Amino acid sequence: MKPGSVAIVGAAETTELGVVPHLSQIQLHADAALNALADAGLRPQDIDGVATAGNTPTEVAYYLGITPTWVDGTAVGGCSFMLHVRHAAAAISAGLCKTVLVTHGESGKSRVGALPRTIPPSGLQGQFEAPYGIFGPPSQFTIPVLRFLKDRGMTQEQLAMVAVVQREWAAKNPRALYKDPITVADVLASRMIAYPFRILQCCVVTDGGGALILTSADRAKDFPQKPVYILGTGESVETPMISQMEDFGSSRAFRVAGKRAFETAGIKHSDVDHLMIYDAFAHLPLFGLEDLGFVGRGESGDFIVARNTAPGGKLPMNTNGGGLSYTHTGMYGMFALQESVRQVRGTALAQVPGVEVSVCHGVGGMFAASGTIVMSNQRP
Amino acid sequence: MSDLPLPVPTPETKHFWEGTRAGELRLQRCTACEKAYFPPRPFCPACGSRKVEVFKASGRGFLYSYVIHHRPAPGFTPPYSIAVVELEEGPRMMTNIVGVPQTPEALRLDMKVKAVFAKQNDEISLVHFTPEAA
Repeated sequence: MKPGSVAIVGAAETTELGVVPHLSQIQLHADAALNALADAGLRPQDIDGVATAGNTPTEVAYYLGITPTWVDGTAVGGCSFMLHVRHAAAAISAGLCKTVLVTHGESGKSRVGALPRTIPPSGLQGQFEAPYGIFGPPSQFTIPVLRFLKDRGMTQEQLAMVAVVQREWAAKNPRALYKDPITVADVLASRMIAYPFRILQCCVVTDGGGALILTSADRAKDFPQKPVYILGTGESVETPMISQMEDFGSSRAFRVAGKRAFETAGIKHSDVDHLMIYDAFAHLPLFGLEDLGFVGRGESGDFIVARNTAPGGKLPMNTNGGGLSYTHTGMYGMFALQESVRQVRGTALAQVPGVEVSVCHGVGGMFAASGTIVMSNQRP
Repeated sequence: MSDLPLPVPTPETKHFWEGTRAGELRLQRCTACEKAYFPPRPFCPACGSRKVEVFKASGRGFLYSYVIHHRPAPGFTPPYSIAVVELEEGPRMMTNIVGVPQTPEALRLDMKVKAVFAKQNDEISLVHFTPEAA
């Protein structure tokens, strides 16, 4: 795919976000899809490609009344939607389909029509991790961080600052779940979940969804919204077991996906006006800043503390408030993509002035997978 | 620990669980590239060779990283450590650090640890680690 040859022409989240017990998970997909279709001026019958994770593309296509000629059910966790965007861009470029709908819906909080969460006891994780008391992402995703901090001489206060800065962005966003300001002391005094992680360093748990519509850049100019061009993309996976991650100070999947996205987009770090780094937990932006090459090894903590990513900083990051304060249904990647689209369109609730290029970086599982998308409002 | 989610061995992992039952930590090693690896599989993840052997590891290593979980989980009373140990032979594995207070002060990164085997039933014994000094 040539940079800028495919564009996002429709984007929307579910009408409601947060606690939505009156909608089932599949209806969250549909609500987001119908909003995105309206945004693009389309009907479900105009769609010929469907991609989703969690629920299957079969369920989503059937429920919406779509007859696709291309489907993608890649499900590698919260960054699946970054991979869907990448695959959709390739499929559109190859002529497999013309107009792709990517959906996310998850009843993460209310668990209405949600999918069961189980670890098979005969699988690798079931045999070699589950017997040691892992209990959901807060007990697993967090395990590398003491090693990360020690090897870099970094502190828990720096880790806490990630949550403080993101709450500042959330305060500007009426749709964010948590908007009240917090301090480093508040974060460190909040309830311990899995030392060194306190509750304010863990993502919120919500219901919601989002959807995107992609088509060729040549067609994109005929749609009502300003096109958001896909400049570059990357993806990779590492391991389904956090204990087997090659380096507890760096994600191989982040490095591979990020490097490929920058290379295919043909951009430098100084070209990036806005950044999203999937933040299920407070350490992810630190890993992301280092692994994507925005800062050197061990510099991510100081970079955050110096307010570079805060409102008014030189690299505005997680401007919706992130998974820590905005929303986190379980597979948050769709919401990171939505915020990048809004910032590039110039329609975000906490809009950064003059955004042309946004980098949107996702994680799946516990450092298990990654996807990176570079977007722009200019076609190269 | 009756509620604990116990492993169900597969043909490829059977030697490991037979080892823990006998009080041995068994790893595998590639006879082509000599790399020791874990978790078990009948080929080398570094070079793809099927010429691999099972060997008894020393059971010694160091505390690579951990969290102290403060929420209840089936079979566990919080707070308890969920740790990753790096073995002398190279591979890392998840475990619990036992025989030591479950506090940041007592659980020092890089401290030397040794394997101990915790019998769960006639088939399954889990590998835990405890400070070597203890």
